[in-house]
Amino acid sequence: MTSRLGVVAGVAGLIVIALAGAAAPWLAPTGPYTPDLGARLGAPGGAHLLGQDTLGRDVLARVLYGTRISLGVATAAVGLSLAAGTVLGCVAGYAGGWVDEALTRVIDVLLAFPGLLLAIALAAVRGPSLPNVVLALSVLGWTGYARLARAAVMSLREREFVAAARALGARPVRIVARHLLPLAGPVLLVQATFGMAGAMVAEGSLSFLGVGAPPPLPSWGAMIDEGRPFLLVAPHLVVFPGLALALAVLALQLLGDGLRDLLDVRLDGAGRMTPS
Amino acid sequence: MGTLPGRRLVLLLPTVLGVVTLVFAFLHLLPGDPVEIMLGDWAAPADAVALRRDLGLDRPLAAQYVRFVGHAARGDFGQSIAFRAPVARVIADRYPATVELAIAALLLAVGGAVPLGVLAAVWRGRALDRIVRLASLAGVCLPSFWLGPVLMFAFAMRLDWLPVSGRGGLAHLVLPAATLALGMGGILVRLTRASVLAALGEDYVRTARAKGAPRWRAVGVHALRNALVPVVTVLGLQAGALLAGAVITETIFAWPGIGRLVVQAIQARDYPLVQGCVLVIGVTYVAINTAADVLVRAIDPRLAEPA
Repeated sequence: MTSRLGVVAGVAGLIVIALAGAAAPWLAPTGPYTPDLGARLGAPGGAHLLGQDTLGRDVLARVLYGTRISLGVATAAVGLSLAAGTVLGCVAGYAGGWVDEALTRVIDVLLAFPGLLLAIALAAVRGPSLPNVVLALSVLGWTGYARLARAAVMSLREREFVAAARALGARPVRIVARHLLPLAGPVLLVQATFGMAGAMVAEGSLSFLGVGAPPPLPSWGAMIDEGRPFLLVAPHLVVFPGLALALAVLALQLLGDGLRDLLDVRLDGAGRMTPS
Repeated sequence: MGTLPGRRLVLLLPTVLGVVTLVFAFLHLLPGDPVEIMLGDWAAPADAVALRRDLGLDRPLAAQYVRFVGHAARGDFGQSIAFRAPVARVIADRYPATVELAIAALLLAVGGAVPLGVLAAVWRGRALDRIVRLASLAGVCLPSFWLGPVLMFAFAMRLDWLPVSGRGGLAHLVLPAATLALGMGGILVRLTRASVLAALGEDYVRTARAKGAPRWRAVGVHALRNALVPVVTVLGLQAGALLAGAVITETIFAWPGIGRLVVQAIQARDYPLVQGCVLVIGVTYVAINTAADVLVRAIDPRLAEPA
């Protein structure tokens, strides 16, 4: 009952956030880059509901447009990771042997690194830009999905319906895509939901550190970093972008928790599937 | 039993070599010229050639790799451009501060999360359980790069209870450690609660109660010991995340550790230093995970049998 409530709340939250991003031009009083140097660090209220930043730009406009960056980067990174991880995991799980061995080794090494640090290093090497953030998050992100897809395919590979499909002449690609992958769907979906939350926080972290979205893009992480020196005089610069990110992560977390319980999927901390 | 940590140590080697290879691959296989990034677009061609030679980037890739691995094995990460000192020494100066912060955060997170998780499980559905679950969800959802500045604003600037930033006595440690601990604590509370709940439903807990063990003993001794296995596993993974989290927390609170050093190195385009930091953090992470693995097997002897 409560898990269904969580799913509904999560989906509703995500829809609201996505709509806010899509409708930003109509909801915001000005554009996200319109400066007003006479009203720098303006307090919330009046025409500027969430106040103005260091250049007098409207904070509400920047938070709303920031939704596009946060959701966009996370969707792209998770989409890429999910696609690459699923394909590689299925190949390894179905083929077995040295292919499987090689992939497992690569995953072990990638997981032997704190993900954020690797993303920081990667983004630093390639310079700050949104495509580079997506790349950095995807280079690491695929491992979780690959593990899950591999585990699912391996556990199902020897089942009778697979043998039946093979006897009927189905090729490996068809067996995996039509018969095995749909069964791994719930696990991958839950992992992707948590992955979205993780990617949003990671994008914010990279932008906060100056290796993510380059200025003047209104990334929530970058906005928090820009507002930090003015914490005492203009705390709204830090508070509102952070709240936006926290709400988005909360929606995804509720959705993920709910889906996990509804679909009866078990994941441990490393994103591994544990036998239930 | 005694050979198991030894076997894990042997398995450590290929992973560490993998980490070293990965760091090397970053610098050499990715598109983008490190020399160009370090010097900027307006560098004199002669300077670029000289730096390329200094970093050994003009040699064949295989030779560079062998040289890199050989030097890294001896703890030689080259010369820091920004600090004009050996990278290894610059890192060694900062490393203790990060260890101090990470241990403080770990103690804070475990000391807070495990008792709260147990209490929430024992009093499932009651007010305390609801509060703990809500707080842990907040801990999971609030990003540290937001929480840090907000805590700083509240407790250092407005209330003036704690120092704003820097490293010094215990008071300096509170805010950065709390920032670092909250996210981890949120995950641990949820995990502890779930696994204690699962353990409380097991036969051995019922047996212990039936044989007259008091409730605290059934929970604290019988259920908790089994419930701790997944907690310690995740703790190992999270301890590594602590190192990455230190990058952000140290930047916010001007904590002179290796996390802030990475950011400074990136901003200064100090390539050898970035490489050294990433490598040291990566190897520390692998070591912590191995330690957690050994610890898990000590708690649960069933896992100690060779698989």
